[in-house]
Amino acid sequence: MGSDLFETSLTVNNLCASRGSFVLFDNISFHLDAGEALRITGPNGSGKTTLMRCLAGLVRFDSGQINGSHENTFHYLGHLNAMKPQLTVAENLMFWAQMDGVKHIEAAIETLNLGRLKHLPFSVLSSGQKRRAAFARLLLSPRPIWLLDEPTVGLDTSSLTIFGSVFEQHLQKGGIILSATHTPLGTEKWQTLELLRVEP
Amino acid sequence: MMAALYTRDVRLGFRAGGGAIVAVLFFMSVIIMMPFAIGPDLKLLARLGPAFLWVGALLASLLGLERLFQADREDGSLDLMRLNFGLAELSMMVFVKCLAHWTVTGLPLVLSVPLFGLFLNMEPGAVLAAMATLAVGTPAIAFVGAVGAAAGVTLARGGLLVAVIVLPVIVPVLIFGVSAANAAVNPSQAFFPPFALLSAICLFFAVTGPFAAALFLKGLDE
Repeated sequence: MGSDLFETSLTVNNLCASRGSFVLFDNISFHLDAGEALRITGPNGSGKTTLMRCLAGLVRFDSGQINGSHENTFHYLGHLNAMKPQLTVAENLMFWAQMDGVKHIEAAIETLNLGRLKHLPFSVLSSGQKRRAAFARLLLSPRPIWLLDEPTVGLDTSSLTIFGSVFEQHLQKGGIILSATHTPLGTEKWQTLELLRVEP
Repeated sequence: MMAALYTRDVRLGFRAGGGAIVAVLFFMSVIIMMPFAIGPDLKLLARLGPAFLWVGALLASLLGLERLFQADREDGSLDLMRLNFGLAELSMMVFVKCLAHWTVTGLPLVLSVPLFGLFLNMEPGAVLAAMATLAVGTPAIAFVGAVGAAAGVTLARGGLLVAVIVLPVIVPVLIFGVSAANAAVNPSQAFFPPFALLSAICLFFAVTGPFAAALFLKGLDE
């Protein structure tokens, strides 16, 4: 991981998205500069995941703009871990590393304390361990914007601390983090965006 | 990068639950049933052999094809590929996945033809011709199947849909494949013209199939 800082920003203007005739969210606007983090909260079904997936470009939105520096690339950690149950943790991480053109996975394994788990098949891990392994993927290659959907589900307190310090390092390098979550994520740096359920 | 994808998919195919052996077992079942259905007429069996092998291989190749992208969708891998790849890279990704799928399911079919040819009383020349045509023809099935698999990726029971989408398009492959394979049985037929056409069709599908599948994947809205 290079020591150079990211120069990035993300601006969202009046974003609206709906599923069929059901409006999920309406006129979402925010701006994030390098080193800023946003926590997206709201009741179940208020569109947190959809907002994440809109930003990632996986879901089309109805209107509004998403702007940012053109160097912006995303790491996306969704509800699903994007790991094959039949492969070991190391094999899974090596695959994603190679897809990003990176050859080394040791640093990420070290950071997230996965050393003892790396030769186990992904399927035998507990849900918190799975989440930790999936999160290690984000450390394989540097990308400025992290989109995290409920990143801390199932984590124990020591893992939460590790996640917190990794978030902190990413922000210090000038990265941007957006996280949809119900649980508080530690640092006071987080701004909060609360989505309200738009009743039909 | 694409080598990593190929290695992963082949590895998954051969690990438990990967389904590498299933296609060959199904192929074997179809071929073994044929002598019982036709009766003990060895000449008739030998004459129909190439066609049986082709139909058997075609149906066996369709097995598991609908899982080509579904498994990646269910564990979230497909999201990351859609997120990071443009249309050209997605097409390449589909191409590589098809090759891996063929290595796991198609190649064992081709290699098992000498054994199953025995059940059908086929001459060595006919076996070789059948192997050559299947080696060229079965990848085409994967390339076309990828389009069906991409179109039905969100459907829980997409298998039959994939078959229905793929079969009409694959008919030319079957026609030229069987007629080239028959050349070894029937001296009045030429081997190379239909074989050349078969190869051309395979190359055509190798280009258009992954691109069409990538369009479907890119257009996913979920």
